[in-house]
Amino acid sequence: MGNPSYDTATARGLWGWINARFPLEKMLKEHVTEYYAPKNINVWYLFGGLALFVLVLQLITGIFLTMSYKPSATEAFASVEYIMRDVEWGWLIRYLHSTGASAFFIVVYLHMFRGLMYGSYRTPRELIWIFGMLIYLALMAEAFMGYLLPWGNMSYWGAQVIVSLFGTIPVIGDSLAEWIKGDYFISDITLNRFFALHVVAIPLLLVFLVVAHILALHEVGSGNPDGTEIKKYKDANGIPLDGMRFHPYCTVEDVLAVGVFLLIFCGVVFFAPTMGGIFLEPPNFEIANPMQTPPHIAPVWYFTPFYAMLRAVPSAFGTQIWGVIVMFAAIVVLFFLPWLDRSPVKSIRYKGWIPKVALALFAVSFVVLGYCGMKPPSGIFPLLARIFTGVYFVFFLGMPWWSRWGRFKPVPERVTHNAH
Amino acid sequence: MRTSIRVAALGATLLLALPTASFAEGDAKLPHSDNDVRNIPSLQRGARNFINYCSGCHSAQFVRFNRIGTDLGISEAELKANLMFTAERSFETIRSSMSPADARKWFGNAPPDLSLMARARSPDYLFAFLTGFYADPSRPTGVNNVVLPGTAMPHVLADLQGVQTLLPAPPGEAEDEDADVTSRLKPGSSGTLSPEKYAEFARDTVNFLEYIGEPAQVKRRDLGVWVTLFLLVFTGFAFLLKREYFRDIH
Amino acid sequence: MSEEVDQGRRRLLVAATALTGAAGAVLAATPFLASWKPSARAKALGAPIEVDISKLEAGAMLNVEWRGKPVWVVRRTPEMLKQVEAATPLLLDPNSDGSVQPRYAKNADRSAKPEYLVVLGVCTHLGCAPMAKFQAADVTVSADWPGGFYCPCHGSKFDLAGRVFKGVPAPSNLTVPPYSYLNDGRILVGSDATQAA
Repeated sequence: MGNPSYDTATARGLWGWINARFPLEKMLKEHVTEYYAPKNINVWYLFGGLALFVLVLQLITGIFLTMSYKPSATEAFASVEYIMRDVEWGWLIRYLHSTGASAFFIVVYLHMFRGLMYGSYRTPRELIWIFGMLIYLALMAEAFMGYLLPWGNMSYWGAQVIVSLFGTIPVIGDSLAEWIKGDYFISDITLNRFFALHVVAIPLLLVFLVVAHILALHEVGSGNPDGTEIKKYKDANGIPLDGMRFHPYCTVEDVLAVGVFLLIFCGVVFFAPTMGGIFLEPPNFEIANPMQTPPHIAPVWYFTPFYAMLRAVPSAFGTQIWGVIVMFAAIVVLFFLPWLDRSPVKSIRYKGWIPKVALALFAVSFVVLGYCGMKPPSGIFPLLARIFTGVYFVFFLGMPWWSRWGRFKPVPERVTHNAH
Repeated sequence: MRTSIRVAALGATLLLALPTASFAEGDAKLPHSDNDVRNIPSLQRGARNFINYCSGCHSAQFVRFNRIGTDLGISEAELKANLMFTAERSFETIRSSMSPADARKWFGNAPPDLSLMARARSPDYLFAFLTGFYADPSRPTGVNNVVLPGTAMPHVLADLQGVQTLLPAPPGEAEDEDADVTSRLKPGSSGTLSPEKYAEFARDTVNFLEYIGEPAQVKRRDLGVWVTLFLLVFTGFAFLLKREYFRDIH
Repeated sequence: MSEEVDQGRRRLLVAATALTGAAGAVLAATPFLASWKPSARAKALGAPIEVDISKLEAGAMLNVEWRGKPVWVVRRTPEMLKQVEAATPLLLDPNSDGSVQPRYAKNADRSAKPEYLVVLGVCTHLGCAPMAKFQAADVTVSADWPGGFYCPCHGSKFDLAGRVFKGVPAPSNLTVPPYSYLNDGRILVGSDATQAA
């Protein structure tokens, strides 16, 4: 009897008792103490761990907010102020959660950019990338629905605009938008269902996807800035020569990363929780008012690159669907990245100037689009948004060609690494 | 390779810098309210101003009197004697003495609740609003406001400030760099307070409004200093630990 | 791996980081745990309440709610006070040694002023609300009933001072909440201090 994969001869005490029944030690070995990460991973490889940290932070603070929040149109706004004023330390829990939302996107964007730089999505890591993209999608849904919950005027109109996007779909659009809202306008019913999705359904999905993302990663092993595979060179015991054990090496590095992250994060939470109106927008300190739109409606900053693309495309043939298509295409195209990239090398380190310029242009376009999306669509911004929407799509759709252009440096067999 | 890192770092910096780029709210330049939420005497005066001049029409439905008492060092007895005209018991919130139905009848819409006004607008905006009334015979109230044209609110502080006049814009001339929305206002009929005293009055009131917008804000900043110091110690240890272990990695 | 690893330094740094981290975790957990304390609103709703007893007739009972529980105010007639005296030998804890009450109510009639009994209407057995059975020898309770409160859930009996009888499931006398007289006709339930909070 017992677990055949566990050596029962050494199974003594409580630890042995558990391991004869549950693969705790096996899992710890596989994923922590005997998981080997490349020695040459750099600071860009810390954002995945930080994203996990922020996920846990959001789950904990979210659970505590749920204890005092009321998902009803008549009570939601007041219940947030109740948390901010009447609940002991409620203000801190709420700011941790609201700042955590933005922090989540910052670390996830940096994590994704790392993937772009070092070709982390390439064979055999396509599925890790797909899981990651699904996490990103779920995160966007989570953030969008969570943003309605305070029931401020920006919450309300932000939700109104995004739900209206579905209304632009020909034929079924109007009924679809109505179905999402469960009413003829964003109402108590909408708020209540968004609450259910925000606190139960999507977090469950997120946790599941994160587990899948990490399992897929540990199956094939971590990539590295050289784009080599450390599993190619192993010693007599089957241990990668260029690897280091996850624990203690990656754990101490992650602990340091969490320390630095918390310094910045707590700086925002305690000294600038609204971030000058970007993390918490001024119109959201007024209760939702279906009769009065705030002067400038913009989604929260992490959606603005896509919002800018939406606005950049003019309506044509009597429909606004084109902007919606472009916006969703901008996200969908990311899923195909592993197959769009035809570069002979994975890492930017061994690429020529063309891919480097392309990546830089992409980064600039994302930032500029984000900025345009925050600004009212007047002056130079619509033009900028159009130009950089173009840049964004040329980057992805042209990738099968430009990724092969230019000269590439030879990739070393083993990782390049300077001891500290 | 080095350049690629630099390019990447540039992109990342831009991405990180994005949230810190601040919004310029509207086009009009606002005067500085120069209020200080740590100035307790100013907050106490502001509370008195609010109760005497604002709470007749405006509520502050999320603000409890006893919280004001604790934060501003006002005793229960003083609260009762000086501030609690619309409440019997100190844990009650600030209600206006006017019913919303009457308000709609008299002003066309209910005067907004002021609990969060300083966060929804800004202290500078509120300061400009309180100091920005001027005579405008075309309005039913006889006054208009430089930051909220067409406001339904009468100039309830006219006794104190008097009624200002708005000078016409200088023709074609580029305006002074320092000019803000209140620059073209000139004192008209005189009130009981001098312009400096009135600005002081407005500043105290705005200060109180900023305080009630987020009563925990002073505690938040004070605690933030300790949290930062603690995290510096923790991160310091974590750094030494990481460096020590990475001596193994060749 | 390394030629000379200073294990002492390593242990010291692990301990320092772990201890600081653990302290940080405890500090970070504090606000979350503290957020479960009664909020300012709960405190406001649970604030002492004023009860007008000037119109309470002799022998009648007033039932008011304080912090989600019934508070009974009984204006006892001299006969009822005699019933209290008569019940004493039948009681489990006639001196209120094992029950909860303010100091000024730890006496034979369990009240600050004998005329008025103020007591929480919550049975000390399992929290049911006992019924008023003031009439002595009420046949719905028992023939030798001296008058008091009867809990229909499990048959616990209390006298007209809220003291528990022997041989019933309830282990102790009814709880007396803190209260004070604002004047002869008004009491404040929930606070001993004369000043309303």
